[in-house]
Amino acid sequence: MSKQPLCLVVDDSRVIRRVAVGIISSLGLRTAEAEHGLAAVQFCGTTVPDFVLLDWNMPEMDGITCLRSLRAMNLSPRPVVVMCTTENGLAKIREALEAGADEYIMKPYDRDVLLDKLVQVGLVERA
Amino acid sequence: MSSKDFSVIASFLKDRSGLIINEDKTYLLETRLSTILREHKVAGLSGLADILRQPGPHAVKDKVVDAMTTNETSFFRDSHPFDTLRQSMLPGLIERRAGSRSLRIWSAACSTGQEPYSLAMMMKDNFPILAGWRVEIIATDLSPTVLDRARTGLYSTFEVQRGLPIQMLVRHFDQEEPNWRIKPEIRKTVSFRPLNLLEDFASLGQFDIVLCRNVLIYFDQPTKTQILNGIARRIASDGALLLGGAESVFGLCNTLAALPGLRGVYGHAGSPKPFVRQLSAAS
Repeated sequence: MSKQPLCLVVDDSRVIRRVAVGIISSLGLRTAEAEHGLAAVQFCGTTVPDFVLLDWNMPEMDGITCLRSLRAMNLSPRPVVVMCTTENGLAKIREALEAGADEYIMKPYDRDVLLDKLVQVGLVERA
Repeated sequence: MSSKDFSVIASFLKDRSGLIINEDKTYLLETRLSTILREHKVAGLSGLADILRQPGPHAVKDKVVDAMTTNETSFFRDSHPFDTLRQSMLPGLIERRAGSRSLRIWSAACSTGQEPYSLAMMMKDNFPILAGWRVEIIATDLSPTVLDRARTGLYSTFEVQRGLPIQMLVRHFDQEEPNWRIKPEIRKTVSFRPLNLLEDFASLGQFDIVLCRNVLIYFDQPTKTQILNGIARRIASDGALLLGGAESVFGLCNTLAALPGLRGVYGHAGSPKPFVRQLSAAS
């Protein structure tokens, strides 16, 4: 059996990371955490995750800068990046999509929303 | 609540909507009706049964039917029927209707509109050829309240995140903080009408495709048969019906038969040429 996909959860709130990690691991996926964009970029320098759940507003390096850095690294295989943020204006969503985001979750979200997005990007099969 | 009270409520729901509630589903009445009963100062389900025993209209009666028959829905619900429509049914239908350049689709029991709007968005994105066609999407539901909501095309942030790819949100919605409204160009392609599936619906005319998903599960067997026969009469001779994942025509309706290779898709039994394009890899 092949290894379960690895999901990197990037958020400066430990509580929010814990909630996301709880949902993702309950779906049988492996998880890792980073507390800001810079830590996420460093993580990806050694281990390429299959999926990155990425907050926008964080210290050290924000999510959009992190996203651009990850795309500039040309990681292989290319990780799926889903922005997950309270920034839910149409302009911000467009900006993230242009920077290479695959999906976008507007906070607050629930388990069903995250599950739907994971299904859409092909990481989880619909039950 | 006494058994007598329960049967008053159950037979009211069956008469009005065809909905079958067995006594082991009493909790459904409690969870779905508690808010309405409180708002109308009705003393619990027994109090409701007393109101239902009185003939004539009462504000709470319509609300009870709405609350019990409004079902969960989301954009692109179950996704695979939409894949079937996009990859197989619509390409075949468009070929078949190239002469008349018109097609009609019926979304039966459309609830708050996510199904017909999903269809409209998917068709606009994938079949630009249809821009020059006469395309009608008729969406019906029992409840005037949910139809009013569906017509507004206004959805919460939660609703637009269920099943809808973000690219489609960006392309087909305008933001009206804190909600999202589907663009007029999509909204105008869907026409919403109140319809009770227990009544005659011959006036709707003929359809090339009918979607009636996760509706039949709420009815008893004779009602399922009646509805399926009615729908069959509304489907063009080479048209098709899409049912929900847990539904089938088997043992209910002899005039419809499963189309081989396509899950949940039915055509007229013995019809030699359903329009659907067979996929070599269809499963």
